[in-house]
Amino acid sequence: MTSEAANSAPLFPRSSSIGAIAAALLVANSILMLYPIILMVFSAFKTTMEIFDSPFSLPDFSNVENFSRIWSETNLAIYLGNSLLVTGGAVALILLLGVMGAYALARYDFPGNSAILMFFLAGLMLPLKLAVIPLFLQLRDFSLLDSRLGLVMIYTAMGLPSTIFIMTSFLRTLPKELEESARIDGASEPRIMLSIMLPLSTPPMVIGAIQNAVPIWNDFFFPLVFIQTDSRKTLPQGLTVFMGEYATDWGVLFAGLTIAALPLSIVYLAMSRRFVSGMTAGAVK
Amino acid sequence: MIIKARRRWTGDHAGWISFLLLPPIAVMAVFVAWPLLSALSAAFFRWHGLARGEFVGLQNFADVLFGDHFGPITWRAFRHNIFVFAALLVVQNTAGFFLAWLIYIEPFGYRLHRTAVFLPVILSTALVGFMWKLFLDPNFGLVNQGLAWIGLGALQRPWLGQEGTALSALVLANAWHWVGFPTLVYLAGMQRIPRDILDAAKLDGCGVWRTIRNIVWPLVAPSTTVTFTLLFIGAFNWFELPYIMAGIDGSPYGSTDVLGLYFYRTAFGNQSAGVQDFGRGNALAALMFIFIAGVATFITLQLRKREIAL
Repeated sequence: MTSEAANSAPLFPRSSSIGAIAAALLVANSILMLYPIILMVFSAFKTTMEIFDSPFSLPDFSNVENFSRIWSETNLAIYLGNSLLVTGGAVALILLLGVMGAYALARYDFPGNSAILMFFLAGLMLPLKLAVIPLFLQLRDFSLLDSRLGLVMIYTAMGLPSTIFIMTSFLRTLPKELEESARIDGASEPRIMLSIMLPLSTPPMVIGAIQNAVPIWNDFFFPLVFIQTDSRKTLPQGLTVFMGEYATDWGVLFAGLTIAALPLSIVYLAMSRRFVSGMTAGAVK
Repeated sequence: MIIKARRRWTGDHAGWISFLLLPPIAVMAVFVAWPLLSALSAAFFRWHGLARGEFVGLQNFADVLFGDHFGPITWRAFRHNIFVFAALLVVQNTAGFFLAWLIYIEPFGYRLHRTAVFLPVILSTALVGFMWKLFLDPNFGLVNQGLAWIGLGALQRPWLGQEGTALSALVLANAWHWVGFPTLVYLAGMQRIPRDILDAAKLDGCGVWRTIRNIVWPLVAPSTTVTFTLLFIGAFNWFELPYIMAGIDGSPYGSTDVLGLYFYRTAFGNQSAGVQDFGRGNALAALMFIFIAGVATFITLQLRKREIAL
């Protein structure tokens, strides 16, 4: 990663025995990591009988009956749509509100500035999961129980602290001169924010988007507690319904899991570096 | 970070600043601050179903910890959580460290592996749970069939269906799902080790194991602090994987019951029984929070002492 590393010889040459052992161990572990996923995809193209009789054989990928059955017989497409709606809505709101709050805190000096920042950061320490009962009662009072909007609001509240933390520390590093000269040129405050500061802030916004989108997309707990109506369920929660209905039809089960794994896997494989840095930002100093 | 020149607050842009700040503050107040505060107060009331009952002081806390009915379940679940944390520390965290080192020395194929090891991390727990539940099926599951296939049919067993193996099977599924996370945290730590230290060790004839034990491991102490702490929080908040793979009661015979499951059961009831106990549920949640926050802080502070500045 560093320039000095690029100049020096490799720690262990690939031809050395240690290099060879390391490569062999990594190949073995790659198989361990990927084989279950590959097996899931293979099984999706088999009939239940084929899965039981020859679980490890390569299927011919012409049999897409499992997938067409899922499309026509189950609600998996609806769950997928709900997940897109909830995740997209929450991430958009997190970015909008996060940027607003962080911008005010990072660029302006006013009484209570650091107290308000602390208020947001306190949300980083407190797991909202443990307040799920009052949250349940509160959503009921707002008539947001069993609604996708309720989920969006909870995820927004959960995502704001880390996003405000990332955005504030980034926005503080932008030079004051940019702002001052625009102000002298007569630009309004909103104009300075929208045309000058925010275009420079896309890197932390991408990190914030990824860091929030993956856990929200994958969340099982809050839909489990707050959503009852089948047509409003998100994908992870919808999988329980689906797995129950098709308990004996393993070909369809694996096809459903494959469909559920597909969207995020494609995005991850297409931009794995950004994904990894987005997901581990904060953990890695 | 740039230090801001402190100016006297003149009230300029007050309207604009309020416009920016009020919406995020409102969302946090309504959906985080208020629920957390009322969760704290709810623990002091008898509260079945939807109406708040009488004030009972610390009774709920005493019930959850020492009550004839609740106490034994809490402590059993607590022991299971400790087992899960210890087992994940050994399996998931140790594997993550060594995988990171293997990737760090950049052998053939390390780029592919870096992608592969993180792929399960982005999958949802529900999906991973169902996947392993099918693989571990006693009759047709691929684990048992695979054992027969390589001639180890004698080892076949209902992994999730018997007390001795169920919790360990969940731990291994969790390790498979998450091992990529510590791997990348450790890898990032290793990439900050100055290369001349490792080159000097090599010149001095320091073997692979000594390099790892005496140089790499101490120098990635900050990464260890992060992975230990996150693993502890994760192990004691464990809910989704046991819920999916073992069920709400921690079957078989409660052998996979953990605090997260017990909290959910207390608060939202056993679907069949329809019992909701918000008071005791919140007491349990509050105790869990105090314990997790306290120990996580302790771990972090203790491990920070090991960290060395270069």
